[in-house]
Amino acid sequence: MSSQTDTPLYRSRQRRNVTTMTMAYAATFFGLAWLLLILAVLLFKGFSGLSLAVFAEMTPPPGATGGLLNPIMGSLVMTVLAVLIGTPIGILAGTYMAEYGRYDKLSTVVRFINDILLSAPSIVIGLFVYEIMVAQMGHFSGWAGAVSLAVIVIPVVVRTTEDMLTLVPDTLREAAASIGLPRSLMIQKVAYRAARAGMITGVLLAVARISGETAPLLFTALNNQFWSTNLNAPVSSLPVVIFQFALSPYKDWQDLAWTGALIITLTVLTLSIIARALASQRKST
Amino acid sequence: MSTGRPPVVDVAYQGQAISVTEQVDRAKVLQRLRLGDVAFRYLTRTAAITVLIILGGIIISLIHGAWPALHQFGFNFLINESWNPVTENFGAISPIYGTVVTSIIAMLIAVPIGLFIALFLTELCPMWLRRPIGVAIELLAGIPSIIYGIWGLFVFAPFLQTYVQPFLITVFGNVPGLSTIFAGPPYGIGVLTAGLILAIMVLPFITSISRDVFEAVPPVLEEAAYGLGCTTWEVARYVVLPFTRVGVIGGVMLGLGRALGETMAVTFVIGNAHRISGSILAPGTTISATIANEFTEAVGDLYTSSLIALGLILFVITFIVLALARFMLMRLNARLGV
Repeated sequence: MSSQTDTPLYRSRQRRNVTTMTMAYAATFFGLAWLLLILAVLLFKGFSGLSLAVFAEMTPPPGATGGLLNPIMGSLVMTVLAVLIGTPIGILAGTYMAEYGRYDKLSTVVRFINDILLSAPSIVIGLFVYEIMVAQMGHFSGWAGAVSLAVIVIPVVVRTTEDMLTLVPDTLREAAASIGLPRSLMIQKVAYRAARAGMITGVLLAVARISGETAPLLFTALNNQFWSTNLNAPVSSLPVVIFQFALSPYKDWQDLAWTGALIITLTVLTLSIIARALASQRKST
Repeated sequence: MSTGRPPVVDVAYQGQAISVTEQVDRAKVLQRLRLGDVAFRYLTRTAAITVLIILGGIIISLIHGAWPALHQFGFNFLINESWNPVTENFGAISPIYGTVVTSIIAMLIAVPIGLFIALFLTELCPMWLRRPIGVAIELLAGIPSIIYGIWGLFVFAPFLQTYVQPFLITVFGNVPGLSTIFAGPPYGIGVLTAGLILAIMVLPFITSISRDVFEAVPPVLEEAAYGLGCTTWEVARYVVLPFTRVGVIGGVMLGLGRALGETMAVTFVIGNAHRISGSILAPGTTISATIANEFTEAVGDLYTSSLIALGLILFVITFIVLALARFMLMRLNARLGV
């Protein structure tokens, strides 16, 4: 045996194996290091600025102190509106694809297009909403911002709803049909209930996705330095304020941008962890 | 239904005392349910069609918005290097060039690393560690791009400027060919920085898709190879990779689609310079960065229209790349019989 394992070929194969496996370890370390590095820098730079004032005061002019209240509110309002607009459309479309037309042509086409919309550049969605809303109404508005975020919500919700409804066992549907439940009620009372955790996961992931979206808001909701509840006027949002403040030459603004970045990241990470926990809970039961 | 034979569903009631009003009520309820059923079906169908309408709307509105520029410049728009708001002479080639080069840099780095991480997760990693590492990589995918942007501008670019770029310039400065690629002063921001940030951003996408397709390889195939005495690397290289090639290419294209359209992270670090430079250390611009930087400040219809035309070009490119990616992944699934 030892004569066979001692040949140059054997040794070179083993060397190659050790080299490549070391590279696999190194690559994983490399990937994880970025996550840690980014989080560490965010905590380090953003945490010192985190105070009650951030949540209670308006964005300041350069050189003054202030907070991020108006962008936080603007982001919240537009996110809620986007979810309210996007979720019903997404759930209904996903329902059609999983329940009514699982194998028909329309579903195949919609599935394909939806997957493309899912990774379409968000700045193009901003241009689209600019064309259909801002250019038509003649001014930037919070509504336009909400609609552009809704366009991003829809594909995410469609995808998860369809996936989750497909996982619901057909025996449940047959049982519902056998007691005379009409199909629409079967879907609403049985299928939705069985797939609820997964569908909520989808909505949470969609919220996580839009809460950091900047590009589609730049020329739809624009920005607003002041407190505004008027959705027909420009509305401030956290990502756009971060963009503006980070690129400014003022130290106070840059510090606020870091704090805003920390808030967004923590929100997004919390949402994705909750979504994942919900999804895995469903898997284990 | 109040006259004649009772409907089939009323069989259970037969022989029992059932008043006429009850029968009428019941018929009404059934009628309502039937209507509701049809309505719900059409509602879901309309929602599904809405998804198609959104895509159609994006294409039509972009073409409509881009029309003045396309009409004015024609095909020249694609090859003109000038971008001059004062003389209103616009061409798309330098943003297209920046988009392509940054994406190539990103893919050159992210693809091998992503594949190695996927290899680690499917072949080497102990079971208990797989899930946490997988989740961590996916969290990396969830971080909004503006965070990468601000981090890139304030942390990564200065680091590159101080340590990496001077090193590259001295090492490759005298090598023919490479000296132009790594020429010029170390700005910190520029094409290379944008490419590196993009690499970090698309890494999780490539990793998670590669891991999923690697896991779909039938264990029998791998076990047979191990039984022949193959090393882990040989199994990965000659069994896993050939079997999953279409899926891996699909995943890579999906990552490429992301890289091409990524806006905020790139806008922060690319420098927004409308020119084509041979050096990847020089500032440049990409399609998305140009739109993000200039759209709200664009005065004049032609300027705005040119920016929308850029958006149209970007959408067409990413559409083709993403469609190919989906097509590849569908082919793998068909092969696996999913």
